[in-house]
Amino acid sequence: MTAGILFARMEAHRADSHTLERYLATGGYDALRRALAEMTPDQVTAEVKASNLRGRGGAGFPCGVKWGFLAAATPRYLVVNADESEPGTFKDRQLLERDPHQLVEGAAIAAYALGVHQAFVYVRGEYARPARRLQRAVEEAYAAGFLGRGIAGSGFDLDLTVHLGAGAYICGEETALLNSLEGRRGEPRIRPPFPAVAGLYGRPTIVNNVETISNLPWIITHGGTAYDAIGPEGSRGTRLFSLSGHVRRPGNYEVVMGLTWRDLIFGEHLGGGMRAGRGLKAWIPGGASAPWLVPEHLDEPVTIDDAARLGTMLGSGAVIVMDETTDVVAAALSIVRFFAHESCGQCTPCREGTTWMQRVLERILRGAGRPADLDLLLDISDNISPGLRWPPAQTTICPLGPSATAPIVSIMRHFRPEVEARVTRGGAGG
Amino acid sequence: MTAWPPELEGRAQALAGRYPERRSAVGPLLYLAMKHDGGLTAAGVRRVAELTGLTPAQVQGVASFYTMYQEAPGRYLISVCTSISCHLLGGEAVLAAVEEETGVAGGETDGERLFTVEHVECLGACGGAPALQVNYETVEGVTPEAAQRLCRRLREQRPAVIRSDALQEEFGGRPAFDWGPGEAAGAVAPVPAFEPYGTAEAGP
Repeated sequence: MTAGILFARMEAHRADSHTLERYLATGGYDALRRALAEMTPDQVTAEVKASNLRGRGGAGFPCGVKWGFLAAATPRYLVVNADESEPGTFKDRQLLERDPHQLVEGAAIAAYALGVHQAFVYVRGEYARPARRLQRAVEEAYAAGFLGRGIAGSGFDLDLTVHLGAGAYICGEETALLNSLEGRRGEPRIRPPFPAVAGLYGRPTIVNNVETISNLPWIITHGGTAYDAIGPEGSRGTRLFSLSGHVRRPGNYEVVMGLTWRDLIFGEHLGGGMRAGRGLKAWIPGGASAPWLVPEHLDEPVTIDDAARLGTMLGSGAVIVMDETTDVVAAALSIVRFFAHESCGQCTPCREGTTWMQRVLERILRGAGRPADLDLLLDISDNISPGLRWPPAQTTICPLGPSATAPIVSIMRHFRPEVEARVTRGGAGG
Repeated sequence: MTAWPPELEGRAQALAGRYPERRSAVGPLLYLAMKHDGGLTAAGVRRVAELTGLTPAQVQGVASFYTMYQEAPGRYLISVCTSISCHLLGGEAVLAAVEEETGVAGGETDGERLFTVEHVECLGACGGAPALQVNYETVEGVTPEAAQRLCRRLREQRPAVIRSDALQEEFGGRPAFDWGPGEAAGAVAPVPAFEPYGTAEAGP
């Protein structure tokens, strides 16, 4: 079930998968050498397009198509988004710590394809250990001639800088990330223009996730067609899922999409089922921003398009599993509080709405909820994301606000009687 | 001019020079200033402003947006995650245990600036929940009891360097994933232990 593209090296070479020596001994930087020596930038892009690799940061946009939007003006930039902060997600951390050269090589391949000579990896501030590992890999790559002037004997130059963030979830949103990387407050920009046209310092910029970029060496080595042969249509390749919560075997798993949720959560070599023999109550299929699924969905296939059909998403690949003992109001509060804390404050519906949702949930939890609070929560949600439909509409610059409505909509859809019981028990006070 | 010592100044200049525009270095320079001053000070903000061509007010405006540029953190910044995965597995109990052991309420610092305790949102350690960090060095699979032992150790021994690998071995439980081999680097201040410009010749 686990298929080795991204995790193969670290699984085979526990002691030194992060070193240049091991990377080179296992075929590392061959793809970059080959791209530089034998392929034009357009040929590299064509392989990525043929692979049908979709972005692994959350939105799932086809990588090659995104690259195709890059405007012609120079200079232009590549930014690798390592601001992994979506609650439940820890896959990029493992890629950074255990196989950083795979990312460096992928970034160099992307830069060559895109005509970029300066690239950045924006790592979230709390990832000190992963950033150290990546920085060491970058220094090794410079010393070995895989970064810097005339890479691998070619005429191609690339500088790569590891940039540490400072504790702001919103900087995972690509335009907020670019503002942060410019030394500004990490507030999202109104789009359009999209970064591919006007990104870092207003220049054409491609922003790709760590996992997305880490796939590139394999794609260049084996060809886009080979990657496109893995997994179901629309969800090609392998995918890292971060399993957490009440499963017996939490962790990151590299799987071919198309398996079922039951396989993923209960599979002997995957989630391993529920802890303490308890029953499954619900799970969040793609990070805290994703609407929840419940046991009736267990036999649905895990693909990007099937998730969308169910009104949710694979998002960042974070699967958060909740057993029958879970207080769904408390769980929803944890998520809403997260978004209230991380709202940048630019847009009123998000800034005020997330805070009010947090307060209403808090009063329900302390037994002071009112029966009208259920509809109040939905009304606030509707103000942030009109119609509460999927994919979400928004009254805000970025999707953070609409994301905060996901737990509200989920508990009302699947557990309304449980929430109602909380407010009737609590009476009409508060 | 509020120049820094020559070694720090050299690193700051190299850092600012790595970016197409110097203002990009505001964030990394703020970390340097914090490390130098033990927190974010008015003098540090002024120096970062001079180095990047901004006004101190602009730099302060940037710094205040983020949670990690703290003015007067304790020597040990203890950040306990209570986001959803940690919440499901007892993050709040770990936070309460840390508050009890240190006598410091979440978001506050004690009188001698030994401990700052804070609840934080997701640390990217969800598979090893519940998790906490000391000076941004991660420990996964902590119990309330282990968290209290950790606080006692910090108070009694006052270690100069905080290392994730050592903390995990002694106070952690099941990690989010196999960390692979350990490493010697660690944090000497409540600032992420990360040097962004290890090789000067690596710059453009």
